[in-house]
Amino acid sequence: MKGYRIFQTAIKALRRSPMRAMLTTLGIVIGVGAVIAMMEIGAGSSGAIRKAISSMGANVLNIRPGAASSGGVSFGAGSVTTLTPEDCQAILRNCPAVRNASPLVHTRTQVVYGSRNWVPTFIYGVTPAYLDVQNWTMREGAFFTDRDILNANKVCVLGKTLVRELFQGESPLGKEIRIKNVSFRVVGVLRAKGANMMGMDQDDIILAPWTTIKYRVTGAALENSNQSAAGSSSSSSVNTLSNLYPRGQPTLYPERSETQAADNPMPVRFASIDHILAAARSADEIPAAIHQITTVLRERHHIRPDEADDFSIRDMTEMSNTLSSTTTLMTNLLLCVAMISLVVGGVGIMNIMLVSVTERTREIGLRMAVGARSRDILRQFLVEAVVLCLVGGALGILLGHGGSYLVRMFLHWPVETSFTAIIAAVLVSAAVGIVFGFYPAWKASLMDPIEALRYE
Amino acid sequence: MEPIVKLNDIHKTYQMGDIAVPVLKGVSLMVARGEMVALMGTSGSGKSTLMNILGCLDRPDSGAYWLDGEEVAQLSANQRALLRNRKLGFVFQNFNLLPRTSALDNVAMPLLYAAGHISERESRHRATEMLSRVGLQDRLNYEPSRLSGGQQQRVAIARALINRPSLLLADEPTGNLDSRTSSEVLEMIGRLNENEGITIIMVTHDAEVARHAGRLIQIHDGVIVDGAFGDVKELSKSPTECELLSAEERKAK
Repeated sequence: MKGYRIFQTAIKALRRSPMRAMLTTLGIVIGVGAVIAMMEIGAGSSGAIRKAISSMGANVLNIRPGAASSGGVSFGAGSVTTLTPEDCQAILRNCPAVRNASPLVHTRTQVVYGSRNWVPTFIYGVTPAYLDVQNWTMREGAFFTDRDILNANKVCVLGKTLVRELFQGESPLGKEIRIKNVSFRVVGVLRAKGANMMGMDQDDIILAPWTTIKYRVTGAALENSNQSAAGSSSSSSVNTLSNLYPRGQPTLYPERSETQAADNPMPVRFASIDHILAAARSADEIPAAIHQITTVLRERHHIRPDEADDFSIRDMTEMSNTLSSTTTLMTNLLLCVAMISLVVGGVGIMNIMLVSVTERTREIGLRMAVGARSRDILRQFLVEAVVLCLVGGALGILLGHGGSYLVRMFLHWPVETSFTAIIAAVLVSAAVGIVFGFYPAWKASLMDPIEALRYE
Repeated sequence: MEPIVKLNDIHKTYQMGDIAVPVLKGVSLMVARGEMVALMGTSGSGKSTLMNILGCLDRPDSGAYWLDGEEVAQLSANQRALLRNRKLGFVFQNFNLLPRTSALDNVAMPLLYAAGHISERESRHRATEMLSRVGLQDRLNYEPSRLSGGQQQRVAIARALINRPSLLLADEPTGNLDSRTSSEVLEMIGRLNENEGITIIMVTHDAEVARHAGRLIQIHDGVIVDGAFGDVKELSKSPTECELLSAEERKAK
């Protein structure tokens, strides 16, 4: 008996009771549909999360100064200021896996324009490289230039939220805002970026040359973030435009003894920065970039091989891995539930096939009488079950695909068509057919033709 | 003439729990090629068991069975299945047609299990031919539920003949039919026997039906009481058969 004829016989037998065949296969349809929909929606959400992370700067490495400790008491990350703008330049020069890097100085203080004021979440002093590191683009105007950095020019770029809060829709380009009583000219507006993964508004930001923030704003911003209070308490704390090197600058290095200074002369540095943001060329090169940066910084900071780093490097992939592993976990969990429904569907098939075998006992007897061997009978019922499952699988693929399409249309969830899911669904439904169809088919094949023919 | 069926001292015992029930107690018979034989007996006489053994559905405990010159008593289940497909045709009392399946597909069904490959077109062609031989050429695509009892039995006869069997076994072929259709079917069987020389063994309990047959074999209580050899008795050479024969002859006297 050729394969095609077996298949044809199975189709004919199933068509004798189409309603029953349809209801039998419904379990498989729903099971496979659920699997397909789960996999497509799951793949879509992890894709969306990957995209969200990359919009935050997926390959960004955040280099922070290390922790100071005294008498066994640690003061936490950033409590010593070991990073310098030269470190940043050295990283750019010596680390091939780093695409770009920007120093970062931050502060938090009040910003005033006209009669309105606002305390933005982020006031960052950076270089033009920041834009590239964060994958950010401008909406209006232009970013400030390296020349502005050198001259500590009082220019800044605003995020969308600030434009809304301070300017209420009018164009901020060319306007002057005051940060800690220093007036800055707005040269550009950043494209809206929305909230980051932690829910913080990334558009609530002012970017200015790091030199300007460092020397003109933070030097005096330590005491109080409220300008009016600061202004009223003491006039000496007010920054003036000519105050390029404000007082109260923290010392960069611990004081050295004269012998040390004589043994190991070191140029005096005037600046420390809060962070360095570096972007790796790709996600794959992040480990290489971390290694190169570590080497460069250890050398520059004169750290002996047995000493710990005085800086730490954090990368976003940890976060993105955590998040995507969370979605993977959720997807797998839902997949398990969907698989269970597939198994339930398989049990349904077995159930109906058993009923069908009993009901068609006389047919089995007849087929045996006219020359069917027990393996012919086994094959016939097995193929019937597999055909049921495959048809169910095909309908299930359509159902699942349609379901995920509707989800995308009406709920606007991201979905991703997964060919692996489709292939897996076909294989799984065939396997379900074989596993759950075998027992009824085997039972049919063991029948005695005499008994079967006499069955009423 | 070479006998198509030759049974020699067939024994069959069924085990009912602890009790062994002998059903056939040394049955010997012969059927010549082209004969039409009726097998009669009361219920419980062993005629169904004998029929199952003749039809190679069952295996005797002892004894020999030559079908068309082949010793078949001890074949395995698969070998018997092939043999049934090749050499035997069955007609049942309750027709046993596949429901919701056209007459054509019903008739072509045995070809699915034939040893050599038969193309679909070939099997349709042969099924059509068979159905026209039983006078149903205009009912090819009718399902059994739309056919009368007589027509259904004719479809069953066409199915039994599709593999050109050497022997047609009919088990109460008219048991479910009224007298008019019953005589129609019997005439058809008779015609097949006379015109085409098909050997037929027909089980019945109706003397009227048995009259259509050329010879009557009567079985009682597991032994043949009459008509075991008929015209072919001269051919029998085995001493057992002769003894049995003479014993029967003596009994008859």
